[in-house]
Amino acid sequence: MAERDDDTLLVGSELRKSFGPTPALDGAGLMVRRGEIVAVMGPSGSGKSTLLHCLAGIVAPDSGTVTFDGQDLAAMRDRDRSALRRGAFGFVFQFGQLVPELSCVENVALPMRLGGTRRKQAEAKALEWMARLEVDHLGGKRPGEVSGGQAQRVAIARALVTEPKVVFADEPTGALDSFNGEQVMRLLVDSARETGASVVLVTHEARVAAYSDREVVVRDGRTRQVELVS
Amino acid sequence: MLGLLETGPRHGYDLKRVYDERFGQDRPLAYGQVYSTLSRLLRNGLVEESGVEPGGGPERKRYAITDAGVTDVSEWLVTPESPQTYLQSAMYTKVVLALMSGRDANEVLDAQRTAHLKSMRELTSRKQGGDLTDQLICDHALFHLEADLRWLELTAARLSELGGQFTG
Repeated sequence: MAERDDDTLLVGSELRKSFGPTPALDGAGLMVRRGEIVAVMGPSGSGKSTLLHCLAGIVAPDSGTVTFDGQDLAAMRDRDRSALRRGAFGFVFQFGQLVPELSCVENVALPMRLGGTRRKQAEAKALEWMARLEVDHLGGKRPGEVSGGQAQRVAIARALVTEPKVVFADEPTGALDSFNGEQVMRLLVDSARETGASVVLVTHEARVAAYSDREVVVRDGRTRQVELVS
Repeated sequence: MLGLLETGPRHGYDLKRVYDERFGQDRPLAYGQVYSTLSRLLRNGLVEESGVEPGGGPERKRYAITDAGVTDVSEWLVTPESPQTYLQSAMYTKVVLALMSGRDANEVLDAQRTAHLKSMRELTSRKQGGDLTDQLICDHALFHLEADLRWLELTAARLSELGGQFTG
């Protein structure tokens, strides 16, 4: 794993997690610096999504630690961990992440609303982000009424609306064709660079991973660093 | 070069400049090659001299495409390039030799993967800062590198099975 320094933001160490008899993670580790984009690659079933879920506090590892900005996630109260996920973390998944009953602008505003921001203020901020991702004209539409590429842009706007410190992206272009995938990656990377957010990008596509600063490969539940950025 | 002359008469230096801008990428055209190609095209009736630019000298001669040249370009454009089969691959040879000699083929695959990912990152960064034609050529390179990487992944997954074939 890369050396820790003052810029270290998120660290997962010696993470183990089993689902039934099958170990998904077997001593995996990952360190992410502030503003750094790290791609987590590996074949299907290698444990890369489980690693992301552990780092994001969605799944508790059986053993090992995850620290964010020096705080051990396991030692936090549930309420504090939820607040951290809502405010400091943003999420983009492959699909099925937008609430179908809500309009696109309501979806983007959702993390702010859950954090207690008033509707008008939250939706104004949501529209600002939708404009940056060139989907502000879709504000009143439901997710089912927009294309896959547009839905992914809405999802990125939602992930970034709280200006999180880390964006966790799990196969964000997995359901898109090459052209739309390319656009989505550019917007995700540009937006993250602009706000200084770190990105943990799980992907099995090398072309997507090439947008990162460095890659980490997960194989059989263990991580192996490929290359550090110079 | 003939195709570039279809957009209008040009002199040798101008041809080189446009060629390098559009197609030179990391390998600009040599001056000598420009003039030797122009002489050949002239000899074959595919281009003709079309005046001299002020300043004189042989390098200021302008060349224009002929009707025969336009036909030649049209035919060349619709003739498909032979798809490369990649059956002669140094990567394949290295993996097989590593397995035959009892070395760890994973090391071969890992070193290659690292080199490929590095190139892909450089091309992606160049693409992000470039115009649409930059994107086009970088994407072409990126898709080919990605194909290699997929082969590296598949080979890594097959290593234990493959090892048996060479040592058994």
